[in-house]
Amino acid sequence: MQIQLTQLAHARSGDKGDTANVGLIALKDDYYPLLVREVTAERVKKHFTGICKGSVERFELSNLFALNFLLHESLGGGGTLSLMTDAQGKTFSTALLRMKIDLSDDEARTLGLD
Amino acid sequence: MKEKIRVAGGQGFWGDMLDAPVRQVEGGPIDYLMLDYLAEVTMSIMQKQRARDPLAGYARDFVPLMKQILPQCVARNIRVTANAGGVNVEGCANAVREAAGELGLSGKFKIGIVTGDDIMPRVDELLARGIELRNMDSGAPLSTVRDRIQSANVYLGAWPMVAALNQGAQIVITGRATDTGLTLAPLIHEFGWSETDWDKLSSGTIAGHIIECGAQSSGGNCQYDWRNIPDLANVGFPIAEAYADGTFVITKHERTGGRVNVPGIKEQLLYEMGDPHEYITPDCVADFTTIQLEDAGPDRVRVYGIVGLPATEFLKVSISYSAGYKAVGTLVYSWPDAYEKAQAADKILRSRLERLGLHFDQILTEYVGVSATHGPLAGAPSPDLAEVQLRVGVRGNDKGTVERFTKEIAPLILTGPPGVTGFAGGRPKVEEIVAYWPALMPKTEITPRVEVSDA
Repeated sequence: MQIQLTQLAHARSGDKGDTANVGLIALKDDYYPLLVREVTAERVKKHFTGICKGSVERFELSNLFALNFLLHESLGGGGTLSLMTDAQGKTFSTALLRMKIDLSDDEARTLGLD
Repeated sequence: MKEKIRVAGGQGFWGDMLDAPVRQVEGGPIDYLMLDYLAEVTMSIMQKQRARDPLAGYARDFVPLMKQILPQCVARNIRVTANAGGVNVEGCANAVREAAGELGLSGKFKIGIVTGDDIMPRVDELLARGIELRNMDSGAPLSTVRDRIQSANVYLGAWPMVAALNQGAQIVITGRATDTGLTLAPLIHEFGWSETDWDKLSSGTIAGHIIECGAQSSGGNCQYDWRNIPDLANVGFPIAEAYADGTFVITKHERTGGRVNVPGIKEQLLYEMGDPHEYITPDCVADFTTIQLEDAGPDRVRVYGIVGLPATEFLKVSISYSAGYKAVGTLVYSWPDAYEKAQAADKILRSRLERLGLHFDQILTEYVGVSATHGPLAGAPSPDLAEVQLRVGVRGNDKGTVERFTKEIAPLILTGPPGVTGFAGGRPKVEEIVAYWPALMPKTEITPRVEVSDA
């Protein structure tokens, strides 16, 4: 089955120059391994096609059951140079939550997601 | 030594809720009030203000605020750390001194100032000696924008503020100082932490990171169960209740709105995060992967277990430079076919700009209501959208070209697709772009100055 990240995580995003950061936090600690497995840097780069022009880095914060993503070259130059409505990348958090990931029916049942 | 110290966050940025610091002082017990006023390009604005008026160049809001809270601060021995001094720290201190005089508080407390962050007069000398001040993001040497620099300041850390507090300053005013240092300095001063106690310095730094964005750690801009965050109208700003062992509790005053809980603190910890293993400040390198959080009762989150690493040999430099001009124009198109009409208008506009021979470094069209925030991820819009805002921005080096663009928006009302409105604001304004240039320089080049004197 497929499930949208809105069901599994919450997030906050911000900027550093032309890089947007997205912190993705498991809604329940049990969901974290699923996020680690499915929400890879490659998946995120593909998800943000047309938005993120550079590379995507991922960092694991298992202490917080969270992942941090850096999306380089995503903010139209960043800071005051950017012409974008969201020059600070504040809505990249919810944009990431649109992602849908795969999990088996068994796994969904174990996590109480069925 | 006190068992615990309560540091209250009063401002998330210059322009945050004006009464928040007052409510932090009046709402309950605190020992320190920290106020962060400096965003990345704020210094250049202050530099311009000072060029027009030698008495200006600092966060003006700070003075009336101090006038309002000084009597309580003095009576209750609440100390203030603020990077309100901008490019005129002395001027700011003098204005506070004047306010103290009007309140009859002259000589009743001490003001400390921290300077030495301004390297603007030294830029050529530094470049000549091979300190290139390369852009940390692009790698370009500063010489490429040398003639357009408007301000250049290093970020000073906590220690100069500690020196001011040690000399009895009740109000510490700095120029460019890290926002985390504004919280860390009081903890070092009170608990006597050493310069190499990296774990504790990192703990104080992370406490600072959590409270430096104001209510963003106490229920503001929080996704987790946002509907049920109580009474944001009366939101309480965050307070770090810190202990000598480096642990701390994030909380807020009783009888305030908002919410402090573990998910909300997690959100704030990840805000503007780079590599979580290396949160670099002048004072230490904090490792965010060591942070432990624990629910410690209603609106209380305990933070512990933090491990830090030694500070680096460098200071970050914040340089601002003039980078051309920009303008953004908007029009609103209504049902039916709102999106299609907005797209048609954009095509007409671009064709006219082309015919006029106007060229820009960048031209960006967004459709607010369709895809302005989530781009292609938003999917195809409903054909029944009530309205769409067309938003076109341009950027270029020539002011006249950008200005000419601003005169092509309004004509679309009578010369483009129908169902258009939303032009009450007049022509778009041309804005000068002051861009941010982050760089590094060796710490040994900088000598902070600390002066403490009677108010």
